[in-house]
Amino acid sequence: MRVEIVDEVIASAEIVAGLKAGSDGAVCVFDGIVRDNTRGRKTLHLDYEAYREMALEQMRTLAAEAVAKFGVRDVALVHRLGRLVVGETSVLVAVASAHRGPAFEACRWLIDTLKRTVPIWKKEQFVDGAVWADGEPFPEEIRVTAAVKEQR
Amino acid sequence: MLQSMRVRVLFFGVLKEILGGEDEVLELEQGARVGDLAALYEGRVGSQKDLIQCMAIAVNREYAKAESPLHDGDEVALLPPVSGGLR
Repeated sequence: MRVEIVDEVIASAEIVAGLKAGSDGAVCVFDGIVRDNTRGRKTLHLDYEAYREMALEQMRTLAAEAVAKFGVRDVALVHRLGRLVVGETSVLVAVASAHRGPAFEACRWLIDTLKRTVPIWKKEQFVDGAVWADGEPFPEEIRVTAAVKEQR
Repeated sequence: MLQSMRVRVLFFGVLKEILGGEDEVLELEQGARVGDLAALYEGRVGSQKDLIQCMAIAVNREYAKAESPLHDGDEVALLPPVSGGLR
């Protein structure tokens, strides 16, 4: 499994080509790219940052879980950090499998889970200001707060 | 007298700006738990309490629970919700 956090351009085509093997009948690819606006506000660029060591460990765990859970043959999961401009790939998910069903499912599960649980954040620089993107709420089992309140 | 311990706390994303730095060393009483540390920061962020209430905390790079114990030398990280993006 190829799981990486990189600071340079993600070589999507090369990664996808390298994933394929003779027993595969399908490769499903999710290419996450920088959009030119958020709710109509024009985006100049995005700055991605991570809790790097933890993010990489989490991504490795997700890749292994996807193989076990969906029975796919192999997974590539690569995220880029730093400043990205419109159209550039921030995250690449590729799943190789004998059949397309599990490949689609694993790919969808990987990107959705990554975006909720892997500690990577983005700051959006607009023409007229900058904000840290609102993240999705953490899954209940990861959040600390409910328990904090109960303790008091 | 209760012994104290030291943990290193890392801030990420918007928390870095609100708390004014990337990390700090915190001295806590022996036996302190993740929930105690969360409550401490909740008191420090003023009007941004909502953010603390939806963050996660990692101890030594693994997601922790409020009741998780802390130990001398632990690396604690305060994590705002991660960059989701609409599905």
